[in-house]
Amino acid sequence: MSEKRDLARFLERIPYARFLGIDVDRRGNEITTVMRFQEKLIGNPVLPALHGGAIGAFLEMTAMAQLAFETGIDAPPKPINITIDYLRSGKPEDTFARAQITKQGRRVATVHVEAWQEDKSRPIAAAHGHFLLKQPDEEGTAADAGAAT
Amino acid sequence: MSDQTNITPEQIQLLKDVLIEHVPQARALGLKVEDGARGQAWLSVPYNEDLVGDIETGVLHGGVITTLLDNACGIAVQLALPERIAIATLDLRIDYMKPATPKLDLMAHTHCYKVTKNIAFVRGAAYHEDENDPIATCVGTFMLAANRAVPMPVSEELRQQADQILGGKETK
Repeated sequence: MSEKRDLARFLERIPYARFLGIDVDRRGNEITTVMRFQEKLIGNPVLPALHGGAIGAFLEMTAMAQLAFETGIDAPPKPINITIDYLRSGKPEDTFARAQITKQGRRVATVHVEAWQEDKSRPIAAAHGHFLLKQPDEEGTAADAGAAT
Repeated sequence: MSDQTNITPEQIQLLKDVLIEHVPQARALGLKVEDGARGQAWLSVPYNEDLVGDIETGVLHGGVITTLLDNACGIAVQLALPERIAIATLDLRIDYMKPATPKLDLMAHTHCYKVTKNIAFVRGAAYHEDENDPIATCVGTFMLAANRAVPMPVSEELRQQADQILGGKETK
């Protein structure tokens, strides 16, 4: 595993992260992602509540940022699958998330992510997913089992 | 809704108005209801460079597919229900089969195949041209009557029309 890379560089490669208003806050080896509230993230204007898809995308992005950070590979890891549990409705405010790599194998990593708003102990959504890790020495050939970054 | 399987273009337009135009995130992505049937929905999202997951490949981010499928699943559930009620995604699993092809629009077809008292079960796929060659597949569950909110803030006239189409209470 190479040295920890610059997370800003990771995000720069992902226009969709900008679209969702996602920032990464790194303190030492701990990464917290932030999805800044924007009107366009709303999925239910009556409650109002954030769109489940935006929350899912945010969780996925957080998992990928954690993987990029821990593996030191700049290319975004490819998602194989992700299961999102929606626990509470997302309020129209900033959302935070942290990911934990449950297991990192040679080719596949298993990641758990949680997102919260005002209270970290009351998560609004959680996800676990599998990601295909691109091997630094075989750029571009890791796509047969997945996936759709 | 009666037992008709097909939905007319006017009804699809109405679905678009009710379930897309009033959802800022759906509007921001450019989601479009292409077709609908009892318990089924077809949606599209146009290719957009702002939604790319890696500038070096130009491939749409997986999260865009998540939002497309989540939204399409929700609409399929609405089209399966005997009356319009608020629903909430309980969980959603997405399997990514292959990357989306850069520059091509995405389609989703979702099917709500079972509704119980509290839960609706949905599956679907995202693809470019051929549903049998999916980019991603999904399975999800939705909670029915998830909250007290009315499903969407629409004009009274539009709401009555929607209730007729989607099988809500008879309009006065």
